[in-house]
Amino acid sequence: MFAKLDQIFILLRDWVVSFLPANWQGIAGVVLSVVAIIAVFPALFAIAVLLERKGLGRMQNRLGPNRVGPFGLLQPVADGIKSLTKEDVVPTNADHVVHFLAPVVLVTVVFMGYAVLPMGRNMTLARMDAGLLFYFAMGASSELTIFMAGWSSRNKYSLLGAMRGVAQMISYEVPLLMSSVAVVMITGSLDLDKIVEAQNQYSWGLPHWYIFTPWGLAGFVMYAIAATAETNRSPFDLPEGESELVAGYFTEYSGFKFAEFFLGEYVGMLSISGLGTTLFLGGWSSPLEVLNWVPSWIWFFGKVMMSICMFIWMRGTLPRIRQDQLMNFAWKFVLPMTLLNLVVAAIWRFMGDGLLRWVVCSAILVLMYAGVGLTGMRRKHFGPRSYRYAE
Amino acid sequence: MSIAFWIIATLTVVAALAAVLLRNLVHCALSLSLTFAGLAVLFLQLDAQFAGFAQILVYVGAVAILVVFAILLTRSSETPKDGGVFSPTWLAGLAVAAAVFATVAGAIVYSVNGLPNAQAVPSVTVLQIGQALMSRYVLPLEIVALLLTAATIGAVIIAMHEKPATKIGGAK
Repeated sequence: MFAKLDQIFILLRDWVVSFLPANWQGIAGVVLSVVAIIAVFPALFAIAVLLERKGLGRMQNRLGPNRVGPFGLLQPVADGIKSLTKEDVVPTNADHVVHFLAPVVLVTVVFMGYAVLPMGRNMTLARMDAGLLFYFAMGASSELTIFMAGWSSRNKYSLLGAMRGVAQMISYEVPLLMSSVAVVMITGSLDLDKIVEAQNQYSWGLPHWYIFTPWGLAGFVMYAIAATAETNRSPFDLPEGESELVAGYFTEYSGFKFAEFFLGEYVGMLSISGLGTTLFLGGWSSPLEVLNWVPSWIWFFGKVMMSICMFIWMRGTLPRIRQDQLMNFAWKFVLPMTLLNLVVAAIWRFMGDGLLRWVVCSAILVLMYAGVGLTGMRRKHFGPRSYRYAE
Repeated sequence: MSIAFWIIATLTVVAALAAVLLRNLVHCALSLSLTFAGLAVLFLQLDAQFAGFAQILVYVGAVAILVVFAILLTRSSETPKDGGVFSPTWLAGLAVAAAVFATVAGAIVYSVNGLPNAQAVPSVTVLQIGQALMSRYVLPLEIVALLLTAATIGAVIIAMHEKPATKIGGAK
């Protein structure tokens, strides 16, 4: 019975599609899966927004929204109605075509990333040989939309926010990719389904998730840092800093276009959490072998929501990082550590099973973390402030 | 030549023409990135998955942003100069471009005719690309790595020369 529950969405789709003539069935199945994704993830976006506002509120010693439904549960509905009925103000000097296209392209590109995520057993929309590369290609395309948004508003604050945002996203793109390359190296494939299947094995009841290995833990930490920076979440949210830049690159957007940016950001957050769970946390596999009867999609979405809670927790706790500290951190600390993580993953692979490889790999990572941290901090001189103007 | 090819090819050519004919420079850069995306879709249509996705990742994700940053950081104003977009020797330029295109197209058509017809499309997996890169093409790989290292060092040196700039209002 639980096997049927595990595959219930696949069975539902096949049952609905079976009512159609034979040569329409393939494309109807794909369309149905796409509709399911477009329906589910904005619903998760609504839950995430509510969770964030209530969670941040409690962390800041206040209640979140609590007027609209019981405990404020219908707040996303009110937000949706508000954003649909607000007047859409576009500045006269703004570049209307690009201004209109920026949120559209952002939402399109962000939703494309879901095509390769394995959301359960056999539940990948498009199983591609180079699935991980497709995901990162879509992530890279979303950087251009931020620039489009900031530039088309003809507003200096927006442009500053957009430039900062794009610089930050490019800088953290490299650690994001490099920390995933370690996973690809050990698995031997770019196919996300194979990566999950490689982690779906158990020894003494505990799973072979990559986060439970030294290089996997380091890789996951760096992936989480890079993912937080890629989606412009606090503590890396200087491009949209509320106290610095009004609202950064989406200052001039109101009404539904602002809601589209908001949607794009949170859906991107869900998407990158989905990729993180696939690469490091075992995707749809269950944490203990005895719990294999629980449907696989429950584990996947549970892990994604746990990652969202971690994002919200970080936002409520950590202060915002300054732009140059952010860039220094990316290029001088995280990037060398990801390269070192590749070396450690290779050592892990070639040392064979046993306790020795755990000790050696953990020792190398801890020593290099302490070493890079100490040398990095030592080269800071705080002299008088110098100004450099663009010529 | 399927209908999908014609649609994508038309889109790519239109975007490339827009990239040279539009007045606003940032619009040109954006249509250039649309051209890159169109090329990537053409790669995907030919079943070259790795090439297509790498094209998006590298060109749209990095080169287009580089172009846009270069435009933003080097233009003194946002409005383009009126007139003067087309050079006075455009006829000679057109002739040279047509000659180069004819040479390249002739070479491609000649090489395609040299291959046996009705060849089965090889499905190249990323594994095969990786193995080929590490065994048969390892020398080009290392040379490209050397080239990229040289480019990175050059970029660092160019950026470093700005350091001894005049410090405004501060004693040394």
